[in-house]
Amino acid sequence: MLSQQIVSGLAAGSLYALAALGLVLIYKATDVVNFAQGEMAMISTFICYTFLNMAGFSYWYAFLASLVFAALFGMAVQRVFMRPIQKAPVLNQIILTLGLYMVFRGVAGLIWGYNPIRFPVAVSGEPVKFGGVTLTPNQLFIMGITVLLMLLVFLLFRFTKTGLAMRAAAQNLVTSQLMGIRVGTIFALTWGLSIALAGVAGVLIAPTTYLSPNMMMEVLIKGFAAAVLGGFASLPGVVAGGLLLGVLENIVAGYISTELKNAFVFLLIILILYIRPTGLFGAKLVKKV
Amino acid sequence: MKLLKKVKLHHLFFALLFIYPIIVHDQTYYLYSGGLIFIYIIMTLALNILTGYGGQISIGQSAFMAIGAYTSTICTLKLGIPFLIAVPLSGFLTALIGFIIGLPAVKLSGHLLAVATLGFGLAVPELILKWDDVTGGFTGLFPDKPVVFGFAFDSDFKIYFLLLIMTLIVTWMINNLIKGRIGRAFVAIRESEISAAAAGINVPLYKVLMFSISGFYTGIAGSLYAHFVGFISPFDFNLNVSLILLAMVVIGGVASIPGSYLGAILLAMIPPLTSGLPGFMLILTGVPLVLIILFLPNGLISLGKKWGARQSAANATKRGETA
Repeated sequence: MLSQQIVSGLAAGSLYALAALGLVLIYKATDVVNFAQGEMAMISTFICYTFLNMAGFSYWYAFLASLVFAALFGMAVQRVFMRPIQKAPVLNQIILTLGLYMVFRGVAGLIWGYNPIRFPVAVSGEPVKFGGVTLTPNQLFIMGITVLLMLLVFLLFRFTKTGLAMRAAAQNLVTSQLMGIRVGTIFALTWGLSIALAGVAGVLIAPTTYLSPNMMMEVLIKGFAAAVLGGFASLPGVVAGGLLLGVLENIVAGYISTELKNAFVFLLIILILYIRPTGLFGAKLVKKV
Repeated sequence: MKLLKKVKLHHLFFALLFIYPIIVHDQTYYLYSGGLIFIYIIMTLALNILTGYGGQISIGQSAFMAIGAYTSTICTLKLGIPFLIAVPLSGFLTALIGFIIGLPAVKLSGHLLAVATLGFGLAVPELILKWDDVTGGFTGLFPDKPVVFGFAFDSDFKIYFLLLIMTLIVTWMINNLIKGRIGRAFVAIRESEISAAAAGINVPLYKVLMFSISGFYTGIAGSLYAHFVGFISPFDFNLNVSLILLAMVVIGGVASIPGSYLGAILLAMIPPLTSGLPGFMLILTGVPLVLIILFLPNGLISLGKKWGARQSAANATKRGETA
């Protein structure tokens, strides 16, 4: 019973980690928490659905096409909305992403309506048993792709020039500009990559939540919680945070109350931020004056 | 001369609020909308203390409102406490919760604070829903109309004036607060926490105070809302309410009392216009919010100030020519 809950928790947690990964990427590089992230992922999932049903693409082609769209969408939002207020107070940046949240959600509601739509799973098949624990192939696939994407992002940050530039731009905007880094391009790339990651999360979660303008709300909050648990700045920390959250949540649902599952997550965010604002695994933050 | 003109404008506006019921011929719909706008004005002013003057974000104001509304309803319905005591009581309880929520704000900067308040804003309605033997859960509660010293505010006309008076009192109190020592400390913290601390301001204390005061007035507004509308359920206090409040503050004008009035009046008209079309409601609130942040970060009220400055400059040159 417990081991089953832990394993299904890990599967759910992978999705939260995936959602958090994109959030943290933007936060690390551009110092912005994007509250519109979930709604952008939701729109990208609707685009995937459109490719699947209207254009008659196969699942994987539709998936890929929606990711290309998500990347372009992310870059466009960065260029059009975020860039002009790059130097504005943090407060304005937060409010702008909240405004975009409302606009994207509203537009999606107008275009696609509010009736939940069924969405196919990535990998179908009979559940597999591993010594008393059952998992569907789709859950295995989700866990695998999360680990893979996390590794890719980690390698990108660690070993490529683009990754180095992303880290540098986050550290000090002016210095990196002086060093010849095209900060504008780097920020746009970060947004593109981040929204594409969010798009992956959206398409993978749609079979469980069903496709609707509200689909990402819960996932986004849990992405936030995962990011907070992981310290908002460390990529492995965030993935660990997501997995931990998935497991904790499943245990709360199993042993305490299903209805309190969400309230638990929200209170956990507040508690962690209060006791350890740098996250469970995070390093100490130093505030720049 | 200029001062006299400004005072006149304010007086004219407040006089208009008093004769509004006569203008709209005592029609229930308009009186009801007017009452709702007053509640929004109080909440916008409360959020403006926090966000406009103090520079701290909150995406969880609906939770403060919910706590105020439920406290007042439970006090009057189940404990038999009179309305006149229940209102400040719900204000104080919400202030206490605001104090607790403000504690992390001492350590957290903008983004993480936004996440924390978002978590708070979403947790409270869920807890209310779960705690159904006291709160009624899904079915909600039906608070009574306000009664003060035996006088029942049982019509929309009477409640309109009750809310108007409450709004004016709150405006007066908040105006005094921000003009005074506390308000100046809030602004100093907004501008730079480090220089505020260097100037001898106890930053953690004042940050917690900001949340308590904002919570206090939002709780009062929540209490008034409950008795005004006559029905509350956990779903009335959702994320959209918090976002609309934030939009009211920003679109009207941060750190401005007339701005809060303007923002609340303008945006309160959107939900009734778009009822049944939630998509339009979000777009009509979100698009102006984005445009204001991009092009007019001090809100619509700053247009008036710019216009006023140009007028007085023009007057000055005119006088210079004639002299």
